[in-house]
Amino acid sequence: MSETNQEFEPRIVAFVCNWCTYAGADLAGTSRLKYATNVKIVRFPCTGRIDFMLLLKAFEEGADGIIVSGCHPNDCHYTSGNFHARRRWTVFRGLLDFMGIDVRRIHFTWVSAAEGAKWADIVNETVADIRALGPYDEYKSIASNFEKEAAK
Amino acid sequence: MSKIGVFVCHCGENIAATVDCEKVANTAAKFDGVEFATDYKYMCSDPGQNLIKNAIKEHHLDGVVVASCSPRMHEPTFRKACSEAGLNPFMCEVANIREHCSWVHEKGDATTQKAIDIVRGLVEKVSRDHPLESIHVPITKKALVIGGGIAGIQASLDIANAGHKVILIERDPSIGGHMSQLSETFPTLDCSQCILTPRMVEVAQHPNITLYTYAELEKLEGFIGNFKATIRLKAKSIDEDVCTGCGTCTTKCPTKKIPSEFNQGLGNRTAIYVPFPQAVPNKPVIDKDHCLHYQKGVCGLCEKVCPTHAIHFGQDDSFITEDVGAVVLATGFNVLNTDFFPEYGYGKYKDVITGLQFERLASASGPTSGEIRRPSDGKIPQKIVFIACAGSRDPAKGIPYCSKICCMYTAKHAMLYQHKVHDGESTVFYMDIRAAGKNYEEFVRRAIEEDGVNYVRGRVARVYEKDGKLIVKGVDTLLGAKPVEIEADMVVLATAGVANAGAEELAQKLHVSYDPYHFFAEAHPKLRPVETNTAGIYLAGACQAPKDIPDTVAAASGAAVKVAGLFSQPDLVREPIIAKVNRMPPPVFSTCVGCFMCETACPYNAIEREEIKDRRSGKVIKTIAKVNPGLCQGCGTCVSFCRSKSIDMQGFSNEEMFAEVQALLED
Repeated sequence: MSETNQEFEPRIVAFVCNWCTYAGADLAGTSRLKYATNVKIVRFPCTGRIDFMLLLKAFEEGADGIIVSGCHPNDCHYTSGNFHARRRWTVFRGLLDFMGIDVRRIHFTWVSAAEGAKWADIVNETVADIRALGPYDEYKSIASNFEKEAAK
Repeated sequence: MSKIGVFVCHCGENIAATVDCEKVANTAAKFDGVEFATDYKYMCSDPGQNLIKNAIKEHHLDGVVVASCSPRMHEPTFRKACSEAGLNPFMCEVANIREHCSWVHEKGDATTQKAIDIVRGLVEKVSRDHPLESIHVPITKKALVIGGGIAGIQASLDIANAGHKVILIERDPSIGGHMSQLSETFPTLDCSQCILTPRMVEVAQHPNITLYTYAELEKLEGFIGNFKATIRLKAKSIDEDVCTGCGTCTTKCPTKKIPSEFNQGLGNRTAIYVPFPQAVPNKPVIDKDHCLHYQKGVCGLCEKVCPTHAIHFGQDDSFITEDVGAVVLATGFNVLNTDFFPEYGYGKYKDVITGLQFERLASASGPTSGEIRRPSDGKIPQKIVFIACAGSRDPAKGIPYCSKICCMYTAKHAMLYQHKVHDGESTVFYMDIRAAGKNYEEFVRRAIEEDGVNYVRGRVARVYEKDGKLIVKGVDTLLGAKPVEIEADMVVLATAGVANAGAEELAQKLHVSYDPYHFFAEAHPKLRPVETNTAGIYLAGACQAPKDIPDTVAAASGAAVKVAGLFSQPDLVREPIIAKVNRMPPPVFSTCVGCFMCETACPYNAIEREEIKDRRSGKVIKTIAKVNPGLCQGCGTCVSFCRSKSIDMQGFSNEEMFAEVQALLED
């Protein structure tokens, strides 16, 4: 890990479901657990709703890392949304990898409404991992090149 | 250009201690579209809410962001406040800067900056929000209760007494279920029939209850408040309106040697039969599989002797459809029997019987009129052995769970035996005594201490016959696994309670989930025990798990209250956070290409098909998806599945979510 990486503050977006992980993050708050400020949470009804185009959008807008988190398998508020999300992630990850996108920057996990401590740990681990990987400039430069091309 | 108000709450010191609320408000005031921004100590308090209401009116705000605690906490509060000020409640978003920011970070610029970013994200989202109207779905105030055992009876009576119509269907010729087969009930030793039959009669006579016996659910379509049930009325071969229940036919029927289901095979019945004398309705049905007329085309004696000409051979099954608003599942359970216990000789030795058969022997209405006589030779058994946990708590038999009722009914059986055979000797082999319940432990102690039942802790390995006796070989684990051998005259197995045959099929018909043992699954094991995952379908009694009578009745009343609660509303009001397929009038059109990927993704069968027709020729142009607002629960899985981005979610639309993500990451 280089010196610059130590100082680098990654920007991370968390896509979470309303019923488990959002509530788990609320619990981390009510339990006054401390974690890094780098992660910003976007609330969805269900991980099944999380269109993976949103993940690419987040990278394009400058995110260095992403967390996707929902209910544990079989605990989905909507019975099966998290299974769809899991399957989509499996397929999407392969596609991203094929396209040369760094899949290590996406953390897919389950955090239940009772796992405030797990949420805090996941945030801290993700921040440390992304910090080690450094800023995700490659995607941003490709995105900006496209914009320039489009402008021509 | 939107006019958005941003209201930053200090939450006393909870937010203000680590976040510079004033700075958040001042920064937010400069965001595009923000008309007004302020901070206040307690935004959820009365003055705080008034601050929001006044600002909405004064600045003609068309969107509100409240930066405070979690929306799971106060979103309804602030949406209500907005609504009172004339703003559509769904134009209000709550930015969580407490649980997700101030409480989890130290005081500093980074924390304040994160709060600003969160607010920015929601300002962008709210500027793309659309006013939404709550969905009103009409309710058919009539319930369908499936199963006429004590659970179904209780649920039907409770719903009917609340003033709503009930359709009760039962697949057997009479209601009553397992409870009508029982002799006496623990822990009070009430006669089961004495407490049950008045309720059966009440069901039959209740003006709000329509009873269909010998009927099964064929099909259930629709959704909460608006189900359509198709019921198969099996042919009874009699005209119920004409039949007086005189019983002449049953006495004359020549086919008399059919094992009686009601008496668990310990007695016989005729081909035209009433299952038991107290049956409701007390009118016979013809068992086509055993009737000589149906099987061989002969006889017809019942038709000749019937004084009212009520016999109708050649009657077919008929179907009726009923619109109902809610369904209560009360299909009950069964007990394990045939071929399950080769080591205990069940089916091989006539005097090895199940607990339910013992109930019939002990019952005053049973084949022996309540005398304990063994099936093989009718002698009174002098030594009797009860084996608890026959099947239950035995993973090797595929039943790892405890059947709950067996400890208690075994104690009752031993007690009844001792009461009826004073010089008899009874032994109970048990694993543990589970007598949790009001007056239950005392009841078991009474069996042991007052009635002298011999309790042996240990399992029985084998039961075999030797010189006319049943040799029960087991161990006494309290005496260091000492082998025990008892020469018994009769053995009673406390067989495990299992799901009813056909439970799985019924669950699939109703889209209700079930556990690995085919018991129906509740929506939440603790907090929603009588609801299923399918809205509008409720559970009562032992179809959910083995239950005793008090628990069954309690669950049935619980389910009835859920139904009555649903029916007490003029219509169903639901949050409009649901999916919608885009439509572009005129001419009425949509980008939906009709691939129906959404249909495969939807866990609620909420996707319907709609034909778009040419207005002049009426020719179908294409078939597109349509979301049923009554069924959609708003998970949004279809939205991310849609290839043509034609289906979107109100309140969490693609536009809103992309804008929020973009704004969160702005520098």
